[in-house]
Amino acid sequence: MNTVIDIRNVDFAYGDVAILSGINLQVAEGEFLGIVGPNAGGKSTLLKLILALLQPQAGQIRVLDQPTRLATRMLGYVPQHPSFPRDFPITVEQVVQLGRLGVKKHEGWLSALWPGRVARADRESARKALAEVEADDIAARQISSLSGGQLQRVLLARALVGEPRILLLDEPTANIDQRLESEIFDLLRTLNERMTILVVSHDVAFISRYVNRVACINRTLVCHHTDAIDGQMIQELYGEHVRMIAHGH
Amino acid sequence: MDGFFTALAQHAFLQTAVAAALLASIGCGVMGTYVVVKRIAFIAGGIAHSVLGGMGAAVYFGFDPLHGALLAAIAAALLIGWVRLHWQAQEDTLIGALWAIGMAIGVIFISKTPGYQSDLMSYLFGNILLVPRESLWFMLAMDIVLLVVVAVYHRQLLAVVFDEEFARLRGIPVGFFYLLLLNLVAVTVVLLIQVVGLILVLALLTLPAAVAGHYVHSLGRMMLIASLLGSVLSVVGLALSYGPDLPAGPTIILLAGCVYVGSALLVQFINRRKTQLSARRRADARGKNG
Repeated sequence: MNTVIDIRNVDFAYGDVAILSGINLQVAEGEFLGIVGPNAGGKSTLLKLILALLQPQAGQIRVLDQPTRLATRMLGYVPQHPSFPRDFPITVEQVVQLGRLGVKKHEGWLSALWPGRVARADRESARKALAEVEADDIAARQISSLSGGQLQRVLLARALVGEPRILLLDEPTANIDQRLESEIFDLLRTLNERMTILVVSHDVAFISRYVNRVACINRTLVCHHTDAIDGQMIQELYGEHVRMIAHGH
Repeated sequence: MDGFFTALAQHAFLQTAVAAALLASIGCGVMGTYVVVKRIAFIAGGIAHSVLGGMGAAVYFGFDPLHGALLAAIAAALLIGWVRLHWQAQEDTLIGALWAIGMAIGVIFISKTPGYQSDLMSYLFGNILLVPRESLWFMLAMDIVLLVVVAVYHRQLLAVVFDEEFARLRGIPVGFFYLLLLNLVAVTVVLLIQVVGLILVLALLTLPAAVAGHYVHSLGRMMLIASLLGSVLSVVGLALSYGPDLPAGPTIILLAGCVYVGSALLVQFINRRKTQLSARRRADARGKNG
């Protein structure tokens, strides 16, 4: 299997506060990797390093055999919290069409002279992406009118429309109910047939039903294997006694 | 008002004033929309007030104050944009400092200009009735530049205004487009200074777009409505000021302020009424089911 993400000896700190230390992690093409760990353990920071939104102070990250900066257009990203104001005057369809920016196209002189034009192919791709996440019925709605679950689907469509090779999701189901959580992870399982997926989650038990492998992060990479996640490992990860409660979704 | 329209048919300076107001309204509607949705009114204010430095220097060295204003506005936009992109700590304090320093430089240059003292008040509060006819071509050229750039890079500007992080991931040079946006705002500020002066420019830049945002929910429509509203407000403001011989700039801003407050109250009333009606409908439905 090809390695699509190669993280070697990476350290990252915000000022004097160390967030990640000595991280080594390789992700193979086609994997569905879950990244778990306590709050402020560095999970989201690791995604942002892979996306080149942050730069490590030490170590090296290569994505698709390239420095991270050159690979971002081949990645799809669904953030935990949208980094835009919810009352922005824009429709769902326009948001998804923005995900087509940076996709290499061969449309001749008109696109070269008018880079801000929305080509027919872009509209078509946006429609397909919305249909894939079952959100085509809300294409004309303003984003301000969407529920948490609908917005999450739209952000997923915006990530998919750029035809990514790797999809990175940061707590994609943090603000939605359990039924929608299962629906979104079922969709991710289908998408995993054609792309590598990394998903950050706090719900170890739930994601272990979907992912091939789990990376547990609390400043350092605590565990990194495919075995069943047991109480001892969770205790090691969270640094205190954790009572395991079986729960179904 | 009747007196104004009669005089408009007779006096070339009034026709020039109306043409200047209409040309300024185009920039005001298009760029004001970006300023409102990107919430960069404070940055736009910083650019507008720093312009006095360039105007003062131009007067002192004997150049056209409008050209000095344009150079100063672009320099201020680049400086403020650089501060915002690379020096995020205490951004507001730094922009405030640039705002004040620009004005102080302008006042010193104007006070040291030998011979005839330029009318500081007309730069600060504008004097649309004194816009020279040749300035209309300059304003038209700036409007054309604004419209062409916005049309050509519409989607890139939308991406940067909407979600900078996502735009960066899609390979958009966010720093470049952010600085381009501030430069377009700078050009608009220079357009509007002729109508209302640099103290009041921020109001004309934001109020028509903010009113448009109460009723329409797409950038294109906001730009169109804000441009039309800006045109109506500036021409009606000019007409209202004509009879009682009030200063035109402040009259236009006062009118725009009243329209904004009235619109905000109306929208709040409509929203509250809608909430009450839907609550009543839900209660009625529960009553029928029960």
